[in-house]
Amino acid sequence: MFGELVTQLTSPAFISHVVATVLAVLIAIAIAIAIAVPSGLVLGSVPAVRQATRAVIEFLRPIPSVALIPLALVMLGFGPETKITLAVYAALWPILFNTIYALDELDPLLVETSRVFGTGRVGVLFRVALPSALPFVLTGIRLAATTALIVMVSVELMAGSQIGLGYFIMEARSGPGRMDQVLVGTVVAGAIGVLLNNGLERVRRRWVAW
Amino acid sequence: MNKFLQRWTVFAGLVVVWQLLGMFAEDPFFPPPSDIVTAAWEWWVLEPRNVTEHILPSIGRLLSGWAIASVIGVALGLLLGRSDRAMEYAGPLLVFLRSIPPPALVPVFLLLFKTGTPMQLATIIFGVIWPVLLNSVDGARSVDVTKVDTSAVFQIPRYQWVLGVVLPAASPKIFAGLRVSLSLSLVLMVISELVGTDNGIGSQLIQAQREFDYTRMWAGIVLLGVLGYGLNTVLLAVERRALAWQPRSRDEQHA
Amino acid sequence: MSNMLEVADLGHTYGDYEAIGGLTFTVRAGELVCVVGPSGCGKSTLLRTISGLIAPSRGDVSLNGSHLAVVFQDYSRSLFPWLSVQGNVEFPLRSLPRAERRARAAEALEWVGLGAAAKKRPWQLSGGMQQRVAIARALAYRPALLLMDEPFASVDAQTRFELEDLLLRVRREHDTTVLVVTHDIDESVYLGDRILVLSGSPAKLVADLEVPLPAERDQVTTRTDEAFVALRSKVARLLNVGGKPTMDVDKWAAAERESLSETVSS
Ligand SMILES: Nc1ncnc2c1ncn2[C@@H]1O[C@H](COP(=O)(O)OP(=O)(O)O)[C@@H](O)[C@H]1O
Ligand SMILES: [Mg+2]
Repeated sequence: MFGELVTQLTSPAFISHVVATVLAVLIAIAIAIAIAVPSGLVLGSVPAVRQATRAVIEFLRPIPSVALIPLALVMLGFGPETKITLAVYAALWPILFNTIYALDELDPLLVETSRVFGTGRVGVLFRVALPSALPFVLTGIRLAATTALIVMVSVELMAGSQIGLGYFIMEARSGPGRMDQVLVGTVVAGAIGVLLNNGLERVRRRWVAW
Repeated sequence: MNKFLQRWTVFAGLVVVWQLLGMFAEDPFFPPPSDIVTAAWEWWVLEPRNVTEHILPSIGRLLSGWAIASVIGVALGLLLGRSDRAMEYAGPLLVFLRSIPPPALVPVFLLLFKTGTPMQLATIIFGVIWPVLLNSVDGARSVDVTKVDTSAVFQIPRYQWVLGVVLPAASPKIFAGLRVSLSLSLVLMVISELVGTDNGIGSQLIQAQREFDYTRMWAGIVLLGVLGYGLNTVLLAVERRALAWQPRSRDEQHA
Repeated sequence: MSNMLEVADLGHTYGDYEAIGGLTFTVRAGELVCVVGPSGCGKSTLLRTISGLIAPSRGDVSLNGSHLAVVFQDYSRSLFPWLSVQGNVEFPLRSLPRAERRARAAEALEWVGLGAAAKKRPWQLSGGMQQRVAIARALAYRPALLLMDEPFASVDAQTRFELEDLLLRVRREHDTTVLVVTHDIDESVYLGDRILVLSGSPAKLVADLEVPLPAERDQVTTRTDEAFVALRSKVARLLNVGGKPTMDVDKWAAAERESLSETVSS
């Protein structure tokens, strides 16, 4: 297996599978952040909106993203849109809930202090709420990254794209049934998971020095 | 009443809009909710064969995989959590194994077990054991020094130490892990059925897709959502009872 | 009278830090001995070596009996929040038949006046009541020796007096041998039949004093008794042998008396 690992790591075809998966995960995380953080800020700071959307969210959340794979495949086809869309759907939730949670935990004293100094509602949101929510949001992003990777590999396994680590693994199995190649793919997927997790943890530690 | 309205207006509004759009636009991918509900009712409830051949096996695999993973995860987690030496050796390995995306293991298990229940169970167990295991380790470590000392002074038997001190002390963390792993079980159940079986709810999704029956596909998605919601609700109720001993607030604790 | 505990040349070092250095003393059966010393001098370390929680670096501890009990300062952590008060008291009695366990726990709770709180959770009780649960648990275990590590340091003054009197009462009624560790000079004189005075880092025995007070003690009269005041001053002076600035013992005693009469009358 180690021989195979070296062979594959130097093969351009394998590298492009890895790059395709990692890139798709990163894009999915970026989109999920762009949607979930603003939504979380609104839901977390405007109780009326939160109350109104609660039923919708409670209905959508338990639907496992992978249950949507067959639907997304026929609707969006076999391009990268499918896997990215599904990964975004899965990655939204941890970020959204962590952002809302962070605003719930916001120290009222901090808010009052800045209100006393004449900061407006929006000012408080951006200068007080967002910075103090950041650690939670980053934790949410780290969880979301793992989730996005899981969904990405699942969709690729389902032949939801012509490239990617999951696709490579499935090809190795269904074609020649090469256990060594399947394992190499799996181990590399695990390594990507470790790197994503550790990288985001490091980002969190650096940014959140307080 | 006001609260009720606030809560359900948006939801009802969305359903109505979807219903109208579905009826007039006739987009095959988005059948109106009324059709989905009818299909779900006819397909999943009124058809006994679907219940016995697809729903029950799916739930059975999900629950047994989750239960096995939970038992192994808690037992191993408590053991590792109370032994610094063991954790030193096993820690890095756990971190790596945990970060393997479980779906990537489906092909490995497919090669090992061929298709069918053993492969699916293996996927679920291997995929969901980590949250339980790592949370149990954390929980077992959280037994404070005074409780450790108290137990040592009174020379309690080993079973009482494990079941009466370490397990309850770790239980809040363990339940957090159980919740994560339960929803992950559902995901892995679906994936393993999409890839490698001809029975189960996931396989019916693929079947419906192949037959271009999108209404039935939606019915399957809704069923999975209901299942996820139901399982989580039950677990939360169990958790609330099991952790009823927890001090309800900090003020009460030092009243 | 037989010796319940014999400690011979007991010493302990953490790494290369010497916490206690060569302590030798005995505790006779039925006696209440107070160990007093400044914070951080090694009192808890001494207690942990006696109770077997840590193995001493040198020396011997011999106990005339099979088991001992400990009451820790941190009652909120030494009680188990998932057990009821009754369950906590039964905690060390697992080897007994259920009925006997029940009976012994109920009895011990009566001794400390908590018979009515048996079904409650410990965190629903006040700090003083929680510490009484811990004392009941220790008594229910019927230890040859009861060790207490600053047992009343985390409760308010009023509760502390009540708990001190409770301890004196139960140990008289049940003939318990007790070793109390404290940094509070007044407390050591008020509670003890004998006082062991420790110097700081590493802990060494400075004095072994008999307390010349009647067995019956009272928070107001005992604390103003001349023998009490004299002994307290003596201990305070002994504790300052390290050359630290000596506090004005008499002025301090006067202030204490004032605050005492305040709390008692309030
Ligand atoms: N586990 C330990 N490792 C290293 N040093 C310790 C440890 N426990 C206590 N000490 C040190 O030993 C000294 C005595 O501690 P302790 O017995 O807790 O004092 P006391 O109970 O009299 O306040 C202190 O200086 C403390 O810092
Ligand atoms: Mg101490």
